Amino acid sequence: MNELLKKNLHEIRELLDKKEISSPELLQICLERIEKVEPKLNALITITEDIAGAQANEAQKRIERNETAPLLGIPITLKDIFVTKDIRTTCGSRILENYVPQYDGTVVEKVIAAGGVMVGKNNMDEFAMGSSNENSYFGPVRNPWDLERVPGGSSGGSAASVAGLECYVSLGTDTGGSVRQPASFCGVVGLKPTYGRISRYGIIAFASSLDQVGILTRCVRDCAMVLEIIAGYDPRDSTSSPLPVPPYSKLLDEDIKGWKIGLPVEFLSEGVEEDVLKGIERAKEVLKEAGAEVVDVSLPHLPYAVSVYYIIAPSEASSNLARYDGVRYGLRVNSSDLIEMYMKTRAQGFGAEVKRRIMLGTYALSAGYYDAYYLKAQKVRTLIKKDFEKAFEKVDIIMGPVSPTTAFKLGEKTSDPLQMYLSDIFTIPVNLAGLGGISVPVGFDRKGLPIGVQFICKPYREDELLRCAYHFEKTNGLKIEWPSLEDEPPSQK
Amino acid sequence: MKKIGREEVLRIARLARLEFNDEEIEILTHQLSSILDYIEKLNEINTEGVEPTFYTFVTETPMREDEEIRSEGAEQLALREAPAVYKKFFKVPKVIK
Repeated sequence: MNELLKKNLHEIRELLDKKEISSPELLQICLERIEKVEPKLNALITITEDIAGAQANEAQKRIERNETAPLLGIPITLKDIFVTKDIRTTCGSRILENYVPQYDGTVVEKVIAAGGVMVGKNNMDEFAMGSSNENSYFGPVRNPWDLERVPGGSSGGSAASVAGLECYVSLGTDTGGSVRQPASFCGVVGLKPTYGRISRYGIIAFASSLDQVGILTRCVRDCAMVLEIIAGYDPRDSTSSPLPVPPYSKLLDEDIKGWKIGLPVEFLSEGVEEDVLKGIERAKEVLKEAGAEVVDVSLPHLPYAVSVYYIIAPSEASSNLARYDGVRYGLRVNSSDLIEMYMKTRAQGFGAEVKRRIMLGTYALSAGYYDAYYLKAQKVRTLIKKDFEKAFEKVDIIMGPVSPTTAFKLGEKTSDPLQMYLSDIFTIPVNLAGLGGISVPVGFDRKGLPIGVQFICKPYREDELLRCAYHFEKTNGLKIEWPSLEDEPPSQK
Repeated sequence: MKKIGREEVLRIARLARLEFNDEEIEILTHQLSSILDYIEKLNEINTEGVEPTFYTFVTETPMREDEEIRSEGAEQLALREAPAVYKKFFKVPKVIK
């Protein structure tokens, strides 16, 4: 394996700027790696070799002119939920199997303008619904650390791509943990900023009051560099925040001495695996060593977060997914009757989990049930949000596990949707409250699988979040030996 | 346990424009019941006087000037992905009987 593959984005940035390697050479190395590991990982639905080639040549010209920017000439992958002009965008679904968008979304425009080299579109749970990437029409993604295990979801392809050394950064989306949970399962850094920090124009909608773009990289500094590029107000997304975007990567260095980090007591009582608890203990020590103080806080409504989420997210999804009707784009299953055409198209176009959630959402919003379910859930959501506000009166950052377990085996939770949903119990409350959260590797369990720790920040304080995560990472000093994957046989499908 | 019956599942499926075979309905009836049963937990909480949170941190709808933007070729572009087209329209099965 080429040693350059193991480097982080900011290290590659330096090599490109010093002209020790060119962007087309770097792309070639990544494409060769993709060719070798893709039969095992299945992290990409579409590989955009030609487009990447043209972008790498273009980026190299800019580098030759001594231009520099965080993403200039860097191979990047995008979850297949970002619409990309003239590049097939499937959202992991049969219903969009052959859909070729007519436009680029805002984040994609920003990545292209910044000189990013788009090598492919990542596999994902269909319409971002899932926690294991087993709900993809294009087959499951495998965890690079153990091919018999899931990479997490729904941005499982993104996490596997970054941990599998196919690229230096991937963009995903996080509605209930879909960036942080796979990041923790694959041993990479996964950031979900505050709701509204990054524009969602041109991202296929799942649950509009919760969806946010996320960033997956192999270290915290890289994450900060990418956030600087893609964050900011966008007139095409009315929920995007007008707050200015600070130069996050330049705000990492100052220490976190004297910071108070709150650990919610409820985070340790919801069926957390022993090894994950040990990871949290280790994280506490690391933070103390970095000069921070860890104190207990309480989020009393945490046990209700999954219930709230599984009313709000499916309700919003049932409405958002009404657009897939076989009329304007995507799959159509023909019938002589219009209603029957809709029903057959949707029955054959959507997978089981998507249908289950549409059913749940339609039920919760149907006549007579709205107050009991949707409205009730939105009220409890207020209580969850207030729990965080109260906790943040005492502390700068909140910490906890990302998921109760490390990566589980393929097929382990597919027959019981509720067990799968509980995998996101610690990430969901963050989306409900709209806050920013990040998953950072803390160590490995006895099976050799990565364990992540989660940090949560006050609204729009990604500067503090990244600074805390950066000092945690630095003090922890975890050396990760990325799996080679090149001598193992391909996985059996 | 919250019971959701076969008839209810069929009613919701119709509303959601989905169709299922008998086996799928049976599984779905069971799964939806157990999910709804779990969700029932919310009734333990008194939410009297609590305002709902529909969106976080979005305080007002931003406004802009109503200016005309030219979008050349948009009509054809919009039709490009359509499964069936008639002239410059999306074509669907006959609606009027």
